[in-house]
Amino acid sequence: MVTAPLPGAAVTSASPVTPPRVVVVTGVSRFLGARVAARLVADPRVERVVGLDPHEPSARLAGLLDGVEHIRADARHAVRAIGELGAEAVVHLAVNGAPDPQHGGRAAMKEQNVIGTMQLLAACQGAPRLRKLVLRSSTAAYGASFRDPAVFTEETEPRAVPRGPFARDILDIEGYVRGFRRRRPDVAATVLRFAPMISATADTTLTRYLALPFVPTVIGRDARLQFVHVDDALEILHRSVVEDHPGTFNVAGAGVLSLSQVIRRAGRISVPVLEPALSAAVSMARNVGVGQFGLDQIDLFVHGRVVDTSRLVKEFGFTPRSTAEALDDFVAGFPDGAALTADRLEAAERAVLDRIRQVRAAGAAALRAAESRAGAGQ
Amino acid sequence: MSAEERSARQVLPGSVSFRPESVNGHHRNGVNGHVNGKADGVPPAPLHQGVADGPGDVWDARVAAALAFLRRRLSGQYEVDDFGFDPELTDGVFHPILKLLYRDWFRTEVSGVENVPESGGALLVGNHSGTFAWDALMLTVAVRDETPAQRHLRLLGADLVFRVPVVSELARKSGVTVACNPDAERLMSTGELVGVFPEGFKGIGKHYSQRYKLQRFGRGGFVSAALRTGTPIVPVAIVGAEETYPLLADIKPLARLLGVPFFPVTPQFPLLGPLGLVPLPSKWLIRFCPPIPTAHLTDAADDPMVVYNLADQVRETIQATLHDLLKDRPDPFGL
Repeated sequence: MVTAPLPGAAVTSASPVTPPRVVVVTGVSRFLGARVAARLVADPRVERVVGLDPHEPSARLAGLLDGVEHIRADARHAVRAIGELGAEAVVHLAVNGAPDPQHGGRAAMKEQNVIGTMQLLAACQGAPRLRKLVLRSSTAAYGASFRDPAVFTEETEPRAVPRGPFARDILDIEGYVRGFRRRRPDVAATVLRFAPMISATADTTLTRYLALPFVPTVIGRDARLQFVHVDDALEILHRSVVEDHPGTFNVAGAGVLSLSQVIRRAGRISVPVLEPALSAAVSMARNVGVGQFGLDQIDLFVHGRVVDTSRLVKEFGFTPRSTAEALDDFVAGFPDGAALTADRLEAAERAVLDRIRQVRAAGAAALRAAESRAGAGQ
Repeated sequence: MSAEERSARQVLPGSVSFRPESVNGHHRNGVNGHVNGKADGVPPAPLHQGVADGPGDVWDARVAAALAFLRRRLSGQYEVDDFGFDPELTDGVFHPILKLLYRDWFRTEVSGVENVPESGGALLVGNHSGTFAWDALMLTVAVRDETPAQRHLRLLGADLVFRVPVVSELARKSGVTVACNPDAERLMSTGELVGVFPEGFKGIGKHYSQRYKLQRFGRGGFVSAALRTGTPIVPVAIVGAEETYPLLADIKPLARLLGVPFFPVTPQFPLLGPLGLVPLPSKWLIRFCPPIPTAHLTDAADDPMVVYNLADQVRETIQATLHDLLKDRPDPFGL
């Protein structure tokens, strides 16, 4: 297990911070929650990691949760868990980006995201030993408007209430955290606004979308996108728990890729669709309970979203790998099904050039032969 | 002799025996040479004269460069910046097309290029006219092709530009971003050359009888952005755009219906249909005026009086320069 000092140790030594001994992590039945809990268990400075989640983790994730005390309850029972355990830090990761048809769809998603956060924060407010709150938020907090600046800083306010359900939940959740900060100024609250996460193994709405052989896009729009690598997201979350970084931070890989570039680098073929048609198809699919693709994603693909991460880099002393590097890692994990790979294009280019050269060589040879015949004839 | 010329000579059909491996090897050299050395404009005259069957070489190089360009585009191996600006596409596709219009159609003449800073941020402020924003695009070409440093001009566009599909992406890829203070300040503080037309739709949608009369300069947001970042302001006067589509009337109900600021009636449009979109071949003059330094006024960015006076100074400078330029161009469509 991890016994070597973590990369963040150098930063903490400058301002001595004692890592919390008891940490409560919500949403451990899901990919990110399980990974964060596993890392905290591996950190010798953290004595006790308690997972709070009404659902049982999948078989793939269950192995990660050795050493995590799992309380099978939702946020309503958080009061007891957080109070009785004497939790010093709460990591709130039970924020779902898309409705899960198996767990009640949009209604349950809103219940968990908004009501769940409200109840969790109520419990946190009454926990005397609590010192730290870490919230997983999203860059969807900036909404989507045609008057938006090209790059969002943490201070940018959304220009309009977004139409995507996830973005609306995020705005509500961050509103509750603002209230919590006012009422418990002694608790260091860290809000991390993550760009879409990506990696070779991650399984998210976005990675499933990019794994399609033909990728639907919006006609006439080529959104600017940013990604953050899952490992970097985990590093940032871990440091937020064991170090002190109060505030709101954008978490994304530097650099920008346009959606068309992303699709081309992944070797997929894009199928541009009219925006109203795409929206209609998405809501129809939603009604019959297939697909997790929603208005949030369509808004992202129309408007794009780029954030300024200089505050994160300065505060955490850590630079996530760039958007392009994160995508490369994802593409490397998805070799099959790619139609237009860089190698194939290069081979095609070489073939065309060789062909031209052959034809010209043949033509030149024929010309020379004709000339020499003509010369001999004279 | 450069590596490129050598490799070009090696791929001459006559000089190489056609063994597959060696062909591949040479071909690779050729392509790499183009990628690194910007072969497009380079295949030089000496090569042409020095080697007997020269024209083939130039075309070989061009075909290879075009294929390499196509491969990079199709595999996504190019860079865009935070604003979505794609320099490769702009220089490779947009500019060559715009340049035809700039040089052969509008016969544009530029003066005062020494007033465009060779490095660091600067804010170019121009007059806006001509129903369609050709003046903004021509200014971009002028800055890229005629100034010593050959910089890219980063325009600030109305949000309407970004509402329209296709147009929004062409704009982003050619370096335009939304006209708002955060974007303007971010571009200027990273040392970019920023172009803005404070008259906005009031400028391009004005009646032909109002030609070369500067409209109101909005709230002077561009001045406070420049002040906050201490960026010099370069006034630019553009003559010629007014005559491209002389606006005779504005059908307001139709404009409201379509959600656009004005619906123009010009001698060509809508009478000639799509053909009416071809601009009239007016003679264009662009003059860059001496920069107005703002570094000493950084603290006054929020002082409305300072901002207003500076905006007025810029406006007066452009108006006076327009009058000067018009004296040099008695016939709008002459040479």
